[in-house]
Amino acid sequence: MAGNSNKTFVLAGNPNAGKSSLFNELTGMRQKITNIPGTTIENKKGTVKLDSGNALLIDTPGTYSMFPKSLDEIEAVKVINSDAPPDCLIYVADASNLKRNLFYFSQLADLKLPMILVLNMVDVANFKGVVIDTERLEKELGIRIFKVNARSGEGIAALKEALDQKQFVPHYDFKAIAESEHESRYDAIDHLLQKAVGIKNPVEMLSSKLDKLATHPVWGYIIFLGILFLIFQSVFTLAEYPMRWIESGFESLSNYLSASLPDHWIKSLFVNGIIAGLAGVVVFVPQITILFFFMVLLEDTGYMARVSFITDRMLRSLGLSGKSVIPLLSGAACAIPAIMSTRTIENWKDRLITIMVTPLMSCSARLPVYTLLISMAIPNKMILGFMNLQALVLLAMYVLGTAAALLAALAFKFILKHDIPSFFIMELPLYHTPRWKNIWTTCWQKATSFITEAGKVILIVSIVLWFLASYGPKPEQTVSIQEVEQLDQSYAGKIGKSIEPVIKPIGFNWKIGIALITSFAAREVFVGTMSTIYSVENEDDHEQIRNKMRKDTDPATGQPVYSLAVVLSLLVFYAFAMQCMSTLAVVYKETKQWKWPVIQFFYMTGLAYIGSFIVYNLFS
Amino acid sequence: MNLDELKIGQIAKILAVQESLFRDKLMEMGCVPGALIKTILRAPMGDPMAFELEGYTLSMRKAEAKTISIQLIKQNI
Repeated sequence: MAGNSNKTFVLAGNPNAGKSSLFNELTGMRQKITNIPGTTIENKKGTVKLDSGNALLIDTPGTYSMFPKSLDEIEAVKVINSDAPPDCLIYVADASNLKRNLFYFSQLADLKLPMILVLNMVDVANFKGVVIDTERLEKELGIRIFKVNARSGEGIAALKEALDQKQFVPHYDFKAIAESEHESRYDAIDHLLQKAVGIKNPVEMLSSKLDKLATHPVWGYIIFLGILFLIFQSVFTLAEYPMRWIESGFESLSNYLSASLPDHWIKSLFVNGIIAGLAGVVVFVPQITILFFFMVLLEDTGYMARVSFITDRMLRSLGLSGKSVIPLLSGAACAIPAIMSTRTIENWKDRLITIMVTPLMSCSARLPVYTLLISMAIPNKMILGFMNLQALVLLAMYVLGTAAALLAALAFKFILKHDIPSFFIMELPLYHTPRWKNIWTTCWQKATSFITEAGKVILIVSIVLWFLASYGPKPEQTVSIQEVEQLDQSYAGKIGKSIEPVIKPIGFNWKIGIALITSFAAREVFVGTMSTIYSVENEDDHEQIRNKMRKDTDPATGQPVYSLAVVLSLLVFYAFAMQCMSTLAVVYKETKQWKWPVIQFFYMTGLAYIGSFIVYNLFS
Repeated sequence: MNLDELKIGQIAKILAVQESLFRDKLMEMGCVPGALIKTILRAPMGDPMAFELEGYTLSMRKAEAKTISIQLIKQNI
């Protein structure tokens, strides 16, 4: 039986050297799941199975030197400098770019800890005409060197075997002289590499050809916008089939339950409370998964860095930086990991503005709300033969969110006082083919965490709401066991009616008011709430929620409640309002000050109210 | 001559890096005196720029490139 060897190994190296791929290969799936797709921004822990027992492996964010410039780099250096230093550092270097990769290596070597050097991407180095004499390099450095291909798993077995053996402390002198540390280090590395690295005829890399296109003044933007359009089109069309299966599955389930269960309040709780609430949200899992898939794909292939490059100039004039692109685009999936990914932005003001405006990007929790509302008021037809009108309106919602985020950034740029200039010194990594395994793992984790996390909240809210919507105060006793006849007589109805005066100017009635309150914690609860409200109202009718809502008419005028003006006003409200407790919590965590989430809540919700007011009055 | 003036395809040798908040960062990334650097890309509107050095692609803004003084070695190749 394999015991615990109590050994700790730390993976270190520059960004894009392939540490995470190696981490995945060494640990298999025995790792703690973090919530951030793409680039590593936190230390990740996993277990490596060795012959002598299990060892702990820590993956650190990519760093260029021991003197970190951004928060993610600070995390990385902390592990290495900790009171309990690791048993061995596994330094991962990109062989095609060895000189710069050895700079951080040389600083770590000065710590005199046992080290192993792993040369990754040797195939790319060969393309570039770089030939490395590993034996010579081993002799000069005094440590063991392994060539691996972290993507294909080549060389991993030999590395694993070596982890069980004695490790060596590097003995090469990198001659770091305090006042010209960088130059002397690079000189020493040059000296070392002259002995062990030869150059043959390089082949022009596909990357540089692709870059000419991706950064072209016209094509660059056309490609970028084309990719975005393709993503949103896919989110709508590809998800259609699984969504239909889920919808009909829940429909037959609730039909079956209402036919087989005896008439009792428990039946009503199940059919109209829990199942109605869950169905409204689970149905959007395919869309959310597809969106996450594309976001991870863009970052994994290296394309995201090019988007940073071509948008830096424009974003800079708005108080952001090219590095804000990754948080902003990830914000389209979920603001929480997006805000955490701002840790790579070195400049405090750039980072803060990015954090403040990222939640305006339409996240996947808004997607269920948008989809439901759009499918109610916008006809499902084709324009010009290839564009779906509903998809186009959805795209417009994303454009609206993006425009609001950029304008808010501009406003913050003038409000916030901070004069330290920002910089944009960044590597453009080589393009590479996607690591499908990593991408599928991320998508799977996202889908399951959405179901469990959002599911928990929605389940509780659905049950509470079912109670509040099914029971109401009676003159004689405060709580009646008998179900009330009408929703407007129930507790939920009373609560909705009490806030109706405030939301009437933006076109919302008391039923929408109930949903606004319940979805304060998380936007997607809106759909579940609507499902529950309309199920409680029409007990025997288990058709889809959007049809129920469409049929709802205003008793005073006989007009449909969800007119175009109301639906558009709701869309704008959900685009801008800060209705996500988890985001506010993460903003506090990342800024360490309560004032930022508070400001964020009031400016976004204020924007939502004003925006909805304008839209409602324009269209009614 | 400073790095921001280096045209696409031209190769230069870095002579010195001016004192600035990002000097350390530039040097860590390999912009040290003696290193060879080649301009390979300019973003739309000419800023930021991307260079090839030490076998990888480094991007920086024009303002940052301005702090690096260079000596032109090769015209367009």
